[in-house]
Amino acid sequence: MMENKKLFGVTGLFDSPDAIIHAAEKISSDGYKQYDINTPYPMHGMSNAMKLKPSKLGYFALALGLSGTAIAFLFMAWVTNFDYKIVIGGKPYISFPAFVPIIFEVTVLLASVGTVVTMLLLFFRLPNNSHPLHDTNYMKSVSVDKFGVIIEASDKNFDLGKVKSLLTELGAMDISEIYYADEYTSKYKVYTPKFLGFLAVTAVFICAITYYTLNILLYQQPFSWMMNQAKGKVQSASVMFNDNKAMRNPVEGTVAQDYIPYPFKDKPEEAMASLSNPLLPDKATLELGKQRFLTYCSPCHGNFAEGDSRMNGQFPVPPSLHTDKVRNWPDGRIYHIITEGQNLMPSYSSQILRNDRWAIILYIRALQRALNAKEEDLK
Amino acid sequence: MNIDYSTEVSVVEGKPSFGSINDIIAKPTEEFPNKKYLLVLTITSTMLGIGAICLGITFFYGIGMWGNNNPVGWAFDIVNFVFWVGIGHAGTLISAILFLFRQKWRTGIARFAEGMTIFAVMTAGLFPLIHVGRPWLDGYLFPYPNQHGIWVNFTSPLLWDVFAVSTYLTVSFVFWYVGLIPDLATLRDRTVGKIKKAIYSIFSLGWRHSNRHWHHYEIVYLILAGFATPLVLSVHTIVSFDFAVSIMPGWHTTIFPPYFVAGAVFSGFAMVQNVLIFIRKIFNYEHIITVDTLERMNKIMLLTGSMVGYAYGMEFFTAWYSGNPIEMFTFANRAFGDYAWAYWIMVSCNVFFPQLFWVRKIRRYIPAMFVIGVFVNVGMWFERFVIIVTSLSRDFLPSSWAYYKPTIIDIGILIGSFGLFFTLLLLFTRTLPVVSLAEVKAVITGAQPSHKGEHE
Repeated sequence: MMENKKLFGVTGLFDSPDAIIHAAEKISSDGYKQYDINTPYPMHGMSNAMKLKPSKLGYFALALGLSGTAIAFLFMAWVTNFDYKIVIGGKPYISFPAFVPIIFEVTVLLASVGTVVTMLLLFFRLPNNSHPLHDTNYMKSVSVDKFGVIIEASDKNFDLGKVKSLLTELGAMDISEIYYADEYTSKYKVYTPKFLGFLAVTAVFICAITYYTLNILLYQQPFSWMMNQAKGKVQSASVMFNDNKAMRNPVEGTVAQDYIPYPFKDKPEEAMASLSNPLLPDKATLELGKQRFLTYCSPCHGNFAEGDSRMNGQFPVPPSLHTDKVRNWPDGRIYHIITEGQNLMPSYSSQILRNDRWAIILYIRALQRALNAKEEDLK
Repeated sequence: MNIDYSTEVSVVEGKPSFGSINDIIAKPTEEFPNKKYLLVLTITSTMLGIGAICLGITFFYGIGMWGNNNPVGWAFDIVNFVFWVGIGHAGTLISAILFLFRQKWRTGIARFAEGMTIFAVMTAGLFPLIHVGRPWLDGYLFPYPNQHGIWVNFTSPLLWDVFAVSTYLTVSFVFWYVGLIPDLATLRDRTVGKIKKAIYSIFSLGWRHSNRHWHHYEIVYLILAGFATPLVLSVHTIVSFDFAVSIMPGWHTTIFPPYFVAGAVFSGFAMVQNVLIFIRKIFNYEHIITVDTLERMNKIMLLTGSMVGYAYGMEFFTAWYSGNPIEMFTFANRAFGDYAWAYWIMVSCNVFFPQLFWVRKIRRYIPAMFVIGVFVNVGMWFERFVIIVTSLSRDFLPSSWAYYKPTIIDIGILIGSFGLFFTLLLLFTRTLPVVSLAEVKAVITGAQPSHKGEHE
């Protein structure tokens, strides 16, 4: 007909269910394979008339359902027995009876949704709105009250004259030829600039919406995340008290838990004389001392007590602890300095427990020994 | 009265032509709605607006705006949830269970009932989400890998509920949509508007009414019905587990699953019947949704209503037979305690009035069945209220007993839930075919081949 159009097939319409069943039987027994019957509703006996094989979708449903069963069970077993073990109600980690409802629901969900998707995408190759039959008078009739048959040109027995006479012989009305434009053959027109642009805009739009929702909108009122509560917060003002402070001072004479007064304040000599290390330099104590030393002392005195920390040069240089003076100090003297502070060094009495201070001293001794090893240490 | 039961009455009265079926079913989607429709839509959307305002207040100030307080921690929110999930059950029963039983009369009402299922479950789903108090954290209900390194509790009935209701909504939607595809294709071929045609083309996926497709389509419809049948029974069973798995007297009973399912079907059918009475009148579907169909629905209501009545009696028997004084007290308290008024509303609406359906004249008389349907829905709402509130307000510890009273916000949200449901329903009647074109055409007399000479 037109140069850029190809013949898709020949259609004919019928009026009664009996006629279309008869037509289907005749066409299929004449050996045509590429034909179709279009009816506004499913017709009993048509599958037999067209000699269609029984649908395989039941097997898909079975497979999808069983995989839903397996996925649900394995997932819950993994969560409750490996990833997040918590005893609930004295039940075993994998308590199968309690899993049954969810296993059932997931089975049904996967089987039904999966079967429908398989049918539409795999079996029917839908969505397909560019099929040659769309927008033809034929399609408009079969979607209302007519029963139609189409024999496609791709059938190997196809012969225009023969097919037309066959349809006439069967009593078909409105026998007509359906053509399609060449573009139909280039099936997927997805990678056009227009479509890719649309995808990009959609992606940006969705990202923006998601960002706005999750990072901005959700932190507006009324989504307060329990931030607004009728209570006094640390360092805030309060109208309840005369001094307008939400935080209250402890009652006078309050002693902190575990507090023991330090009797040698400003008396380093006495501390030196009367204090001695109660700990022994065993492995656990040295580990403890190392940990505390690295936390509290090393920022100034350096990791190996050589006074080479990054404070060096930016600040009065912190002293090395490997000098003869420090080496010769008894433990009590170092303890006094940690407790009381000295020069720019503040007191660490509120930060390091008494026991830990002694452990630090043992660790410092170990460092000193390491840098000034004696002959006998080699043995 | 002599009625001939030897031949089955045709589902569709008369023998309308396929073309006229198309015209009459597609009509509401093609014309501008009249004033009555707009008036009703205004009313329902006002109800929806009231609900939205009350929800806004709830979100802003917190759920302290509701009447819930110790010991009644579950009240209107959960009552409404169970009520609306129950309403949804009729749709799946009609579309799946009656399909498996080959009840052809379902064709006229299946699409509409399925739509009601979806809207009812959507309405129901709202309530657990707002019940948690901070609904923007609802994502935690689902098991997803998160930065907290924690998972949901798979052994909790509340989590089963999440799975059951979301699966139910998804599968109902898929079922509904699969049924809609051929009808959307018919509308696509009918419509003249360009935008409408584009929309119908997208959603009909390019369906061609091909018998190579119908061949698989019918199998899939059967498979879906096969899955949806146990699903619909499981959903209200699992909802009843929310109560039955606890140790609360009046909740902790094994009769709950079947009793809840029967009650759900009961109230669902009442709602479908009520709405269809209007639909068939307004859109002139009297010959498609016939009085015979309505009568059959009333018979199902009579059956399920009697099952519910039996369950009420059996609960009392169980309480007495258990010899458990707390259980006995709970049930005596239901019938004669503070909430006796609610209990007797429930019993009269659910047990006594539906028994009138034994009379054939009442079963077929539309005003009477409408009133009974309304009673059933009132009664079923009160059933959930009685179960939830009376048990909680008189729990094990007499010192914490309290009388629950809803606040105006609670009532506003209840009104809003009806507004949401009916607004969605009204929009549905104007945008999609509310009766399945393909299925109705297939059951008209003479629509199927006579197979002459095949069965000799």
